[in-house]
Amino acid sequence: MGKGVRTLRNRACIHWTSLRAVEPPEMIDYRPMSAAASIVVESLRIRRGGVVVLDDLALSVASGKVTGLLGPSGSGKTTLMRAIVGVQIVESGTITVLGEPAGTPSLRWKVGYMTQNPAVYGDLTVRENLRYFGHILDAPPTNVEEVLETVDMTSFGDRVVNRLSGGQRARVSLATALIGSPELLVLDEPTVGLDPVLRRDLWKAFNELAAQGKTLLVSSHVMDEADHCDDLLLLRDGKLVTTGTPAEVRAQSGKQDLDEAFLVLINEEVE
Amino acid sequence: MSFRATFATALRVLKQLRRDPRTIALLLLVPVVLIVLLDQLFHDRRQVFQQIGGPLLGMFPLIAMFLVTSITMLRERVSGTLERLMALPLAKLDVLAGYAIAFAIVAAVQATLVSIVAFGFLGLHTQGPSWAVVLLAISNAVLGMSLGLFVSAFARTEFQAIQFMPAFIFPQILLCGLFTPRAQMAGWLRGVSDALPFTYAYDALHRATALGTFDGRFTLDLTVTVGVTVLALALGASTLRRRTG
Ligand SMILES: Nc1ncnc2c1ncn2[C@@H]1O[C@H](COP(=O)(O)OP(=O)(O)O)[C@@H](O)[C@H]1O
Ligand SMILES: [Mg+2]
Repeated sequence: MGKGVRTLRNRACIHWTSLRAVEPPEMIDYRPMSAAASIVVESLRIRRGGVVVLDDLALSVASGKVTGLLGPSGSGKTTLMRAIVGVQIVESGTITVLGEPAGTPSLRWKVGYMTQNPAVYGDLTVRENLRYFGHILDAPPTNVEEVLETVDMTSFGDRVVNRLSGGQRARVSLATALIGSPELLVLDEPTVGLDPVLRRDLWKAFNELAAQGKTLLVSSHVMDEADHCDDLLLLRDGKLVTTGTPAEVRAQSGKQDLDEAFLVLINEEVE
Repeated sequence: MSFRATFATALRVLKQLRRDPRTIALLLLVPVVLIVLLDQLFHDRRQVFQQIGGPLLGMFPLIAMFLVTSITMLRERVSGTLERLMALPLAKLDVLAGYAIAFAIVAAVQATLVSIVAFGFLGLHTQGPSWAVVLLAISNAVLGMSLGLFVSAFARTEFQAIQFMPAFIFPQILLCGLFTPRAQMAGWLRGVSDALPFTYAYDALHRATALGTFDGRFTLDLTVTVGVTVLALALGASTLRRRTG
């Protein structure tokens, strides 16, 4: 066991030190790293509307895995994701994404972002939307049909977005995040409001993308989605309550059901 | 700034417009109907029609594009697509230039159509060449677009955006010299008029249609029109924020 862990640790250290050569070595140890990290957040503080929404947040997201960002509504999931993709004003702290500070222009080619509310043009068809986002990202035109397939919307390709259901619109929005074949996907509640079959298919697609080496950060306020993830980050009131694999979270809480496990962990924090 | 992203944006804006045939019909037909109305209104006073017909023709696109742009841009801000674009490899200038190209094309069609009707069927006559009026109409459309883009940052709802029309556009129409020659205005009104971009847009049109004099003052008019367009675009660009709170 020791050898494998050490190798991973070393990789993490090399990755980290190559980012910030001046950082003292003891800074590395507390970080919950299991592999090279695609996202490293440190002492992040964000204020929205005068209120501190994220305070002294530190976390990392492993490369090539599906990391679930879970937490009740209002816990700061969207705010954190906005900061990671570089559209949120940050008060202090650092966010390193794929080795560069969040918001660096070159990252816009490598990070796919699905906003919580579908951000697509309602007066265009599904394909027209995808072609536009694809053009901006200089993606090959064949990607349009590929991502349509992934989100199971091929038969609605020529439908105007305004005439789609909420769940279908969300899938178009997801497709726009996938179209540039980004290394890192930041998906804000991609499965909310979808039926169970579709949800299962999408999680399968996310796991396949991770198997291809992509990194996914997927938020949800529905705890039973946690089992689809390799790693979990549980957020409450802008603070990280717990991290770990689903199995580790179960062990920590002593509960088999992840829903209950989170309730236990969240309430522990309160006390 | 990338040609590909700019072009894609222009194409996207045009496609959005195409999905809205009613707006296209309004954009293209309303100026024609108005110029016909003007023709009928001044049936017995042809010199009035000749005097205001040309300038009005060149001002339609300015007003239309101001409205269309401020609403379209507001929708982009409110619907979250702007936030989405800001997370993509797309310069702010790509967005602005994309809009400018798309609406300049619409303005060209609009101005050409109303010119054909006015010059071809209603006997409107200008001293300068009629294509100069069409070109001025297009440059005015881009001015209207850039002003619309800028003011869209100050509206939260489409209702508010529409109210910018009477607040922002009407005073300029009243003071530009179309209704009362600027020489007859009270001193302070003239001072205000001097500070408004429409005054120069109108004066250029007046020179091209009624006088046919492309002199130093005409050059000044054009310079001010283009200068204000660039300024409004720059201010508009500063209201497109990559990061928000
Ligand atoms: N635009 C905003 N202005 C001010 N406060 C906001 C804004 N958006 C969200 N908030 C606040 O920030 C906190 C975190 O919100 P958010 O990140 O959206 O949480 P989640 O995505 O987990 O539901 C909430 O308390 C919310 O009220
Ligand atoms: Mg959210």
